[in-house]
Amino acid sequence: MFPSRIWREKGQRYRLEAGKCRTCGYIAFPPRLVCPECGAVEFETIKLPDIGKLLTYTVIRVAPSQFTDEAPYAIGIAELPNGVKLTAQLVDCDVEKIKVGMDVRIEFRRIQTHDTHGVISYGYKFVPKWY
Amino acid sequence: MRDVAVVGIGMNKWGELWGKSFRDIFVEAALIAIKDAGVDKIDSMTIGCMTGGLFVGQEHLASMMADYLGYKHIPASRVESACASGGLAFRTAYIEVASGMSDIVLAGGVEKMTDVSGDGATYALATAADQEYEVFHGATFPGLYALMAVAHMEKYGTTRDMLSAVSVKNHKNGAKNPNAQYPFETTIEEVNNSVMVASPLRIMDCSPITDGAAAVILTTVDIAKKLGKPIIKVIGSGHATDTIALHSRKDLTTLAATKLAGERALKMAGKTIKDVDFAEVHDCFTIAEIIVSESLGIFPVGKGGEMAAKGESSLEGSFPINTSGGLKSKGHPVGATGIAQIYEIVKQLRGQAENGRQLKNNPKIGMAQNMGGSGGSSLVHILEVA
Repeated sequence: MFPSRIWREKGQRYRLEAGKCRTCGYIAFPPRLVCPECGAVEFETIKLPDIGKLLTYTVIRVAPSQFTDEAPYAIGIAELPNGVKLTAQLVDCDVEKIKVGMDVRIEFRRIQTHDTHGVISYGYKFVPKWY
Repeated sequence: MRDVAVVGIGMNKWGELWGKSFRDIFVEAALIAIKDAGVDKIDSMTIGCMTGGLFVGQEHLASMMADYLGYKHIPASRVESACASGGLAFRTAYIEVASGMSDIVLAGGVEKMTDVSGDGATYALATAADQEYEVFHGATFPGLYALMAVAHMEKYGTTRDMLSAVSVKNHKNGAKNPNAQYPFETTIEEVNNSVMVASPLRIMDCSPITDGAAAVILTTVDIAKKLGKPIIKVIGSGHATDTIALHSRKDLTTLAATKLAGERALKMAGKTIKDVDFAEVHDCFTIAEIIVSESLGIFPVGKGGEMAAKGESSLEGSFPINTSGGLKSKGHPVGATGIAQIYEIVKQLRGQAENGRQLKNNPKIGMAQNMGGSGGSSLVHILEVA
């Protein structure tokens, strides 16, 4: 994977930057050029909160090649206080104790190393709050 | 718009077809369909294929398939909507005939998935999800449907045994289908104890990796009458899209594109779901069949699993689903699946389904629902025997 593809997403993966529609207030993550709710095209950049509530999760045992060393690993969808939903891995926890509805913190972590160019990608993961 | 009928259907046995090439798999199915229709030529062709590029390194495949079918120079195109590519090819061909642009059109679907490793297939299929915001984090397709399954279980109390009931029922039907990849029966216990892929989904909740193709011939009802074929009329076609990222949807336990595509197809047909006798639906995972059966209005919201467990979707049930064995038992060569669903609907409406899987009481109206990715696209077609 070429570094430019990872570099482009740095605002979202490093800083949780989203676009807030100046017309209707819809928060788009990742940012978009057109608001999916009202069709407006003017956005301001905001930072997402770093907490959320887990809506659903799964423990993946058959993993893609760049994640096989981590399997079994959990991924889930969490909803942030402003309604934005994200998919990310759940880490620093016993996967058997994960429960729908639990609070999670969103932390900056290493995600994967790409084989061809050796570039390390960073981004966000969920950490259950009771840890 | 002109009235359109399906006059020919073609399919071969699906499976791990090591000895057969991508092009031969398609041509074999297409030849069967052309012969079945009794036409002496086709005017045009549309093929559904998700990713010939990633599976066999071959794009530009519509021209190649037309050439190898003996139809060099005809207009031929390939359409893509992930696992719904076949359904989209059918709709595209339907519109072409209905509009008057062409009289006899072949709609096909093909995928050759076993020339890559399991990991290669996982990568290719994952291109139907959001690369930067799902796949980047380690999501897989079983993983995304597992996220829906957990949400559905939490909200509606769907159980492990209900998921397994879908697999058991589809394998029971598939065991009667000579074209099925895995024509064996299974039990709730076997499914419950099969290898975990992405909790709660086990290997026996998942459709397999398959090589296969299917083809159908569409023409006007007027030409169909001259051919002396049973008139299986296309009375509804619905197509809808949704966000491809699962997390961007308001409700994780419903499939909005499927609901909309179903409503659009029924509205066009002037029917309600109660008028439909049976359906082929996109059971890429057991939970998918449960949610689709709710989103189409076949069963009440939240009751899809319970109805499957009660046998309501079996061959003898109140609304038979996946009489062919579905994706689970028949196989899921992604681009071909939507066309193979039409194949089964036509078989049932003609009264030609093999080995005792023919529905009793002469079904009149069948529905096919084909879905892309985690539900980011969906196509619904309704066929009626005249």
